[in-house]
Amino acid sequence: MKVIREAIAGTLESSDLLVKVAPSDKGVRDIVIRSEVIKQFGKQIKRVVAETLDNLSVSEGAVEIDDKGALDCVIRARVQAAVLRASDTQELNWEKLK
Amino acid sequence: MKLRRSMLFVPGSNAGALSTAFIYKPDTIMFDLEDAVAPSEKDSARLMVFQALRHPAYAEFETVVRINELDTDFGMKDLEAAIRGGAHIVRLPKTENADQIRELEGHAARIEKACGRPVGDTKIMAAIESASGVVNSVSIATASPRMVAIAIAGFDYLVDMHAKRSNGSQPELFYARAAILNAARAARICAYDVVYGNVDDDEGFLREVAIAKGLGFDGKSLIHPKQVDLLHRAYAPTPDEVDHAKRVLAAAESAHRKGLGVVSLDGKMVDPPVIDEAQMVLARAEAA
Amino acid sequence: MNNVLEQLSKQDARLGQFPPYTGANAGAPYLATLETKLHRKLCKSLEEAVKRSGLKDGMTISFHHAFREGDKVVLQVVNTLATMGFKNLTLASSSLLNCHDPLVEHIRNGVITKIYTSGLRGKLAEAVSNGLMKEPVQIHSHGGRVHLLQTGELKIDVAFLGVSCCDEFGNASGSRGRLNCGSLGYAKVDAQYAREVVLLTEEIVEFPNHPVSISQDCVDLVVKMDQVGDPSLISVGAARVTRNPRDLLIARRAADVIEHSGYFKDGFSLQTGSGGASTAATRFLEERMKRDGITASLALGGITGSICDLHKKGLIKTVVDVQSFDGDAAESLRTSPGHLEISANEYANPTSKGAYVDRVDVVILSALEIDLDFNVNVITGSDGVMRGASGGHCDVAAAANLSIIVAPLVRGRIPTVVRRVTTLLTPGDAIDVLVTDQGIAVNPKRPELEKRLRDAHLPVMPIAELRQKAVALTGEPEPLEFAERIIGVVRYRDGSVIDVVRQVKN
Repeated sequence: MKVIREAIAGTLESSDLLVKVAPSDKGVRDIVIRSEVIKQFGKQIKRVVAETLDNLSVSEGAVEIDDKGALDCVIRARVQAAVLRASDTQELNWEKLK
Repeated sequence: MKLRRSMLFVPGSNAGALSTAFIYKPDTIMFDLEDAVAPSEKDSARLMVFQALRHPAYAEFETVVRINELDTDFGMKDLEAAIRGGAHIVRLPKTENADQIRELEGHAARIEKACGRPVGDTKIMAAIESASGVVNSVSIATASPRMVAIAIAGFDYLVDMHAKRSNGSQPELFYARAAILNAARAARICAYDVVYGNVDDDEGFLREVAIAKGLGFDGKSLIHPKQVDLLHRAYAPTPDEVDHAKRVLAAAESAHRKGLGVVSLDGKMVDPPVIDEAQMVLARAEAA
Repeated sequence: MNNVLEQLSKQDARLGQFPPYTGANAGAPYLATLETKLHRKLCKSLEEAVKRSGLKDGMTISFHHAFREGDKVVLQVVNTLATMGFKNLTLASSSLLNCHDPLVEHIRNGVITKIYTSGLRGKLAEAVSNGLMKEPVQIHSHGGRVHLLQTGELKIDVAFLGVSCCDEFGNASGSRGRLNCGSLGYAKVDAQYAREVVLLTEEIVEFPNHPVSISQDCVDLVVKMDQVGDPSLISVGAARVTRNPRDLLIARRAADVIEHSGYFKDGFSLQTGSGGASTAATRFLEERMKRDGITASLALGGITGSICDLHKKGLIKTVVDVQSFDGDAAESLRTSPGHLEISANEYANPTSKGAYVDRVDVVILSALEIDLDFNVNVITGSDGVMRGASGGHCDVAAAANLSIIVAPLVRGRIPTVVRRVTTLLTPGDAIDVLVTDQGIAVNPKRPELEKRLRDAHLPVMPIAELRQKAVALTGEPEPLEFAERIIGVVRYRDGSVIDVVRQVKN
C-alpha cells in the first residue's frame, strides 16, 4: 500500500493509541513512538508496528505513535486503520491484516 | 449445553472495553460495530473487532459481532471482518423479515468459502427492533439452520410502537416478549431480553431480570460489565431446584441403564423436555 | 549557699548539691506578668513563631498529613523558612502528597536537604527519582516513624502542626473548626517527641478547648493563620464507593475470601486500606455480616465513611482511628462515643507496648507490584519512579492474622504480578492472599487457608499462573534499568533497611 495523504486513527484514551500516518518526503519509513510504557514495552511496540506495516507492504511513510498502554491487538488495529485511511486503495486484503 | 444467560455488549471502537471485557466472564461477548460506533469510526472499529476476535483472551468465549445493516456500505465489510475474524455468531440488527436472514446467509456462505471456513459455520442471531420484526418473528426464527438466537431491542421497538418503557410489569413489552419467546421455542433457539440502560439502578435491573427469567428468556443483552454477575446470580437455581434437577437426571440415567423407554420419578412420568430443563438447571448452577 | 542548703550540707555534703531556692517564679519566669502567663504562646506571625522556636540551619522540622491533599501547612512554613534564609533542613513529614510538589524548588535551593517520609508523590517524587537530592530519602512506615523517634535517629527540633482549632494555650483538636481533619493521630506523636511544638490554626477558641487530641502541656507556640488547609479537598462527605466494575469485581472476591477464610466470625476485627477495591469490599462484607448475624468488634485505620456507616448500623462495635480519610469519618469521630482517636504509636509502632495492628484479624491492602514470593511494592511505579507510600502497609500486614492484597491483574499494559518486585517494602511472609480480577493466589505458607478457599469453589491458582495470565495479555516487559545512585532508603517497621530505590535512567 502507498501512503498518499495524512491520516490518523485511534484516541488518547487509556489502553488506546493515536496513530498518525503521513507520506514521507524522504522516501523512507520512519516510526516514532511515544508511550506511557516505553521502558517496559517500547521495543515490543516498535516490533508490532513494523510488522503491521510490513504486512501491508508500507515501505515509505512517517508514522507517529502516541501510546497509552494499548495491547498488541489494539496497536495492530489502529495502525491498520490509519494506513487504510492514508492509502491509495480502500480494498482490504484480509490476509494481510492477520 | 451452551448457556446463554449474559450477552455483554462491547463497543468496537472502545479500546479499554475491548481489552478488558473478558474479565467479567459473560456467557457471550458481542462486539458492536453498529449503534455504539460513530460513522466516521466504523472502519477503525471494524479492524479493532477483527483483531480482538483473534486475541487469545477471547479464544474461550462465544463471540458475536453486531454488524451494520446489510444495505449499508458498512454492513458487508463488517460481515467480512466478522467471519474472517472467526466470530461464532453474526447479529443482524433491525431484522424485519425472513428474507433478510436468507440474504445474510447467502453472503455468509460466499465469504466462508472465500476464507476457508466451513460453510454454515457462522451462526446468526436476529435482533427484532420493530413491530414488523415481532409479527414476523416465527418466520425469522425458522428462516435458516444457522439461526441460534433471537433478541428484542427494546428501545427501538418501543419507539416504533409509540410506547414508553415502564417500571412495573412492563405491559408495553409483553406482546413482543411473548412473540419472540414463542418463536424461539418453536424454532428451538435461544431468546434474549432487552437491554437495561440505567446502569446505576441495580434494583431496576434485577426487577427486569426477574420478569425475563419468569417468562422463560434464556438470557439478556447487557451493556455494562457489572450487570454480568448480577444476572448470573439472579439466574442461579436454588439448592432445592438443584436437588430436584439431580434427581431427575438420576432417574433418566437409571431408566436408560435398565433399557426402559419411560422415565419416572416419584411415581410420575418425566418427559424429555423436563430432562432438558434439568440439564439447564445444573448448567446454570455450575456456572453461577 | 543559702541557709537551708548549708544545713543540708552539714548533714551530708551530697545533699548540699541540690539547687537553692531563688524566687517564687524562678522556674516559671512566664508567671511574671499576666500577659506572659496567659498569652505567651501566641505568635503574631509564622515568622515570629520560627524566630521564637530557635530553629537553626541543619535542624529537623516536622509535619503531619491529616489534611491530605488539602494541606497548606507544609508549603507555607517552608516558603517562610526559605524567605528567612534557612538552609540544610531535614524535612520529616508523616507523608507527602501531590499538593507538596512546590517543595522541589526549595530542595533545589538547598533549603531542604534531607527528607524522612512515609511516601512521596507527584512531581516531587518524580524529581527525587531523577536525582534531585544528594541525600537519599528515608522511607518509613507509620509505625516505623515512631520507632525512629524513640530510638533517636529522627530527632524533631521543631514540629509545625496544623490543627482545626485550638486555644491560646495549645489545647488542640482535629474537629470543631472550619476545616476538620478528624483524627490527629500522627500529630500527637510529633507533639510528644519534638523539642519545640508550633501549632498552626485558623481558629483560636475559648480556653480551655476540649476534648482535645493535643494537650497544652506539649505545646510551645500557637500561630493563627488565614488558611491551614483547603476544606474542599479534605472534608468532602464520604469518599465515594467506587463504581469501577473491575474494582467492584475484586472487592466482591475479597469479601468471598474473607467469608470463607475461617476468620469471619462474630467479634472479628478488620482494617481496610484507602483504595477503591478495599473500601468497596466493606459494602460486600456488610451483606454477609447481616446475613450471618456477624458483628465486627473493631475496625482500625485509615477510617473511611463506609466503615463509619457500618458502625452506625451497629455492625462494627468500635472504630479505632489514626487518620480520618473523609468528612464522614471526621464527623463520626466527633459524635460517636464508639469512635476512638489513637496516636501512630498506639496504632502501629512495633516497639510500643501495645499496637492496635496486633489486634487485627483481617486486613485488605493494595499493591503496585507483587512478586512470585508474595513480596509487595507500594513505592515505585512500573517505570521505577516513586509514586506511593509505605504508610501502615508493612505494619499491619506483619501483625494481622489474614493479610489480603487486592489489585487488578493488569493495570493498562502493566502486569501487577511480577517475577521480582522493583522495590521491596512488605515481605512475602506477611502476605497471605492475593485477590485479582482474574484469579486468587494463596501464599504456600497457608495450605489450610488455600484448602478452605478451594473448597468454597473460589478461583484459586498458583501465583505463577496469575503471572502467566498477565504476560499472555501484555507481553513480557523489559526489565527496568536504573542508574547506580541510590536516592531512597526503604526502612522496614523496625528501622532495618529492607531495600533501596535507585535513580531512574532516562
